[in-house]
Amino acid sequence: MTEELPALPDDVLLRVEHLTMRFGGLTAVNDVSFDVRRGEITALIGPNGAGKTTVFNCITGFYKPTAGRLPLKSHEGVLLLERLRDHQISRKANVARTFQNIRLFGGMTALENLLVAQHEPLMKASGLTVLGVLGIGGFNRAERQAIEKAKVWLERIGLIDRADDPAADLPYGDQRRLEIARAMCTNPVLLCLDEPAAGLNPRESLELNALLRSIRDDDGAAVLLIEHDMSVVMEISDHVVVLDYGKKISDGSPKAVRDDPKVIAAYLGVEDEEVADVEREVEGAEAAR
Amino acid sequence: MPQTPAADAQASTEASFPAAVRDAAVAALIALGLSAPMMGLVPVQSPQGLVLEQRWAPVAIAVAVVFAGRLLLNLTLWRPGRVKRVGYVPPKLEAKLAGLARFLGPLAIAGAVAMPLLPFTERYAIDLGILVLTYVMLGWGLNIVVGLAGLLDLGYVAFYAVGAYSYALLAQYFGLSFWICLPLAGILAAFWGVILGFPVLRLRGDYLAIVTLAFGEIIRIVLLNWYWVTGGPNGISGIPRPSFFGIDFDRGPDGFAATFGLDYSPLHRILFLYYLILALALLTNFVTIRLRRLPIGRAWEALREDEIACRSLGINTVTTKLTAFAIGASFAGFAGSFFATRQGFISPESFVFMESAMILAIVVLGGMGSQFGVAIAAVVMIGGFELFREFSDYRMITFGLVMVLVMIWRPRGLVSSRSPSVFLKEKKAISGSLVQEGHG
Repeated sequence: MTEELPALPDDVLLRVEHLTMRFGGLTAVNDVSFDVRRGEITALIGPNGAGKTTVFNCITGFYKPTAGRLPLKSHEGVLLLERLRDHQISRKANVARTFQNIRLFGGMTALENLLVAQHEPLMKASGLTVLGVLGIGGFNRAERQAIEKAKVWLERIGLIDRADDPAADLPYGDQRRLEIARAMCTNPVLLCLDEPAAGLNPRESLELNALLRSIRDDDGAAVLLIEHDMSVVMEISDHVVVLDYGKKISDGSPKAVRDDPKVIAAYLGVEDEEVADVEREVEGAEAAR
Repeated sequence: MPQTPAADAQASTEASFPAAVRDAAVAALIALGLSAPMMGLVPVQSPQGLVLEQRWAPVAIAVAVVFAGRLLLNLTLWRPGRVKRVGYVPPKLEAKLAGLARFLGPLAIAGAVAMPLLPFTERYAIDLGILVLTYVMLGWGLNIVVGLAGLLDLGYVAFYAVGAYSYALLAQYFGLSFWICLPLAGILAAFWGVILGFPVLRLRGDYLAIVTLAFGEIIRIVLLNWYWVTGGPNGISGIPRPSFFGIDFDRGPDGFAATFGLDYSPLHRILFLYYLILALALLTNFVTIRLRRLPIGRAWEALREDEIACRSLGINTVTTKLTAFAIGASFAGFAGSFFATRQGFISPESFVFMESAMILAIVVLGGMGSQFGVAIAAVVMIGGFELFREFSDYRMITFGLVMVLVMIWRPRGLVSSRSPSVFLKEKKAISGSLVQEGHG
């Protein structure tokens, strides 16, 4: 490839540039651009059908975008995500994801789930299976290391005692955390979470906030999350991007976004003409405060 | 007025008597509908040509038996309020069965090794053992594709045929020995596994089953019609028998018996064949057990559980599926070349769909993914099938009945629990109800 790759500023990890995704006549995502910065938790919010999950699926390689570029700084340098095949997104670009409806390997134990996530290094250590079958090479050592890593994550999500239980037997909240741990076992630079707090009770929600903060601060991975639970979004995110009808309507700090009249209008379902009224009201309220 | 439980039950029985009669009548009507054309009308050859003869007595008996039987069951066993416990196995029993399998596995291997040497073993038993072990090996090979990777393959016999014809043709045209052809047959079968794998990568479940079924038929029809190479329906005869690593089993001065200073006996070859297939089957088992603990095996099982999650974790589903097809096929190739050398004659007759169905039935009845269950199922199905040879009229009906019963009582096969490939503190068997069956 002789084409020049875009130079990203130092603190930007992923730049979504003019991303557009059309399904036939339906434009699910329309010319959306935003940055995901290192060491930050970025939240992608918006009413139902705003195109959040479509943006996610483009970033994680499940869809090929109709237009736009997705340059990302991985361990190996700048890569264009839209050119990679789905399994290469995790392998080369170090982007990991979770799913809106949990997709764990239910019939496998929690420990096995975390080992499947370390498929690539283990596969290399087993000499692409050939040496592993014969029992030579460094596979046993590599597997011990992989189990150690899995143990560390099981400790962090508080599931070490249930390591040998099938994933499908775990309570819902534990499954959510296990799915995040599984994604983290792939050593990502960017972790994409699709509604991680959905269906969690308030206590589990607090645990999740702590886990995500520790992923940001201790593992140095940027987090991009879709979330409907505003308490989670406002509490932990450093940067919020708001989509509505496939377009970006706001982008900034949680506070700035919360006070953005366009966001309020989108969430309350106000007509376009009335946006100005809402704007005045918000300003009035702030002046009163 | 308080009622005793017995009186209560009596009351409910009496209340349900009309319902029981109605149910029995419906069953009798169905029986009438089925038996009238099948038993009541019989085409008979007569001087005037084919004539339909009416026989209503057996129909009446069948309907009466169904009515009375159903009524009796309704009034006794199937009383309302009974608890249905179909296919439910308590977790403890499940764990016990898994433990039993661990204990019985080595015992079964020891038994298989010792069996031909026992004084009362006849030649027939060794022959039957060879047949059963061939199917055990095929079952274990298919278990990789269906049980671990969750890819439903209805054309597995095609790879068995590729293996058999590889050896037969290579021996006939190039004079290669069995020991050179055995690995070649495996490689060729694996190659065809990949060839089949490519077009079906995007297919799942029923669609995958149909295409693999068609692939099995294509291979058979090619073998049948490519007669200047394969001999068509006449097959290939005079396939060289296996040698003891170069020493033939014959009466001559260089034969096996003379070399080792033994008296010549035709049993030597049979014994050799028996131990050969036992070694091949155990190799299949060993490799499968090893593979399950390697990342590739875990990726197969993960693929069976959830393909999309696999892709998000950086697992290349294309190569993962192709390796499952290739490795499963290569074991069928080994078994095929063994089959060719044992029979000395092969024809497309031996590789019909029924064989694929039989191997798949062994895997499903044994319990998908369970090595021990598959071995037991092969022994019961193939061994049982042979023992019923004298009652050949009732063979199929017994066979069908056993399958229906197993599917009612153990819908996930004899050994349905999955044993984890790795554990931290203790190895717990995973109940089969949590494990996905795979949809391609």
